[in-house]
Amino acid sequence: MNIDSIHNGVVIDHITAGCGMQLYDLLGLSELECSVAIIKNVSSRKMGKKDIIKIDADIPVNLDVIGYVDPNATVNIIRGGVLVEKKTIDMPQLLTNVIKCKNPRCITSTEQELPHVFRLTDREHKIYRCIYCETKAN
Amino acid sequence: MRSVISILDLSVAEIDGLMQTACDIIANPAHYADACRGKKLATLFFEPSTRTRLSFEAAMYELGGNVLSVSSGSSSSAAKGESVADTAKTVSCYADIIAMRHPKEGAPYVASLNATVPVINAGDGGHNHPTQTLADLLTIYRQKGGLGNITVGLCGDLKFGRTVHSLISALSRYEGVKFALISPLELKLPSYVKNDVLKKKGIPYIQTTDLVSVMPELDILYMTRVQRERFFNEEDYLRLKDSYILEPKKLAGARQDLCIMHPLPRVNEISVAIDSDPRACYFKQVLNGKYMRMALILKLLKEAGTL
Repeated sequence: MNIDSIHNGVVIDHITAGCGMQLYDLLGLSELECSVAIIKNVSSRKMGKKDIIKIDADIPVNLDVIGYVDPNATVNIIRGGVLVEKKTIDMPQLLTNVIKCKNPRCITSTEQELPHVFRLTDREHKIYRCIYCETKAN
Repeated sequence: MRSVISILDLSVAEIDGLMQTACDIIANPAHYADACRGKKLATLFFEPSTRTRLSFEAAMYELGGNVLSVSSGSSSSAAKGESVADTAKTVSCYADIIAMRHPKEGAPYVASLNATVPVINAGDGGHNHPTQTLADLLTIYRQKGGLGNITVGLCGDLKFGRTVHSLISALSRYEGVKFALISPLELKLPSYVKNDVLKKKGIPYIQTTDLVSVMPELDILYMTRVQRERFFNEEDYLRLKDSYILEPKKLAGARQDLCIMHPLPRVNEISVAIDSDPRACYFKQVLNGKYMRMALILKLLKEAGTL
């Protein structure tokens, strides 16, 4: 399967297989006018299988979202057909307005203007909890 | 601005300090009778409560202060749709300290982010209730002479019982504490409390549905009510509400120095026949709650530079 290489844009590589669509949704890539490719289950020597997202536009991507979904992913910035920057990803301590608290008893369920903020409480198990009600993100 | 939203907002040393202050208040009430003269506590209770609100108000009066009170959400601007943030900013203009109870989890935290005076969480849904825990800790401290090396049985609704979660978090910081978690299967302690507190700290615990079998091991028996307001489904509530009822015969194997506690209100979890048993400590808990709230109000007002 061939996908054209991009001249100016962003490549999110080494995404854990199966996480590509979640990243696509949380990064809001469906709202872009430019070409976006999600390639699933690509063979990888290191990972066995991986997903890749290619964005054919030099836009800023929210690294916190990538760090939350898959901190092992890599972000490559391509300009003029050349890799100019490789961004390292880490799990963010705070995740703001990326995911919503699903606890119906949480104050965010009734006060719509409150930001939905989650805090990393367990790095080893990648657990984020709502800062208001401490419900685990899932 | 220092607020207390969770019991873990207070260090072990600070809790020890609050207990010392509370004991001093008990011994020398006159010394504290004017400590908060001219200061105002706002009790904002958006959910029904008898003892917690009255306890806060009694605490402030006994410190010589005054109280402004909202006793239900329907009698405040919250009924008109005012946000918790705006309520906190507004009340900060009238009062020196706020005690807030709210049915939504995290509401007092939101208030603390917006208030310019200290906020004390007086209970937010099934989440936190730190001053109940302070009352519980003082009761154990006074009955047992310390907070370490005890076996604590927690019985009833361990899933939604906020007092249970807070008490486990607080006691997990002391040496030699063991837990017996006694509940119906549907109301077991949430896995996050087990994983984040008990397992992470290597604290010994057993889970059981049988209260009588663990009774001889217990130094403390902490009974809880199955709370109707925490259920979305009335059928589940009716099925589970009478799971554990403490009657005199169930105490046959209990230690003579057992301390029976309950955050109250009780419905029928503890038979009134237990009330005359010297091991019943739940009304002492109520009184201890007032003293700890006095100590906490004093501490937060001092830290805020108000006193």
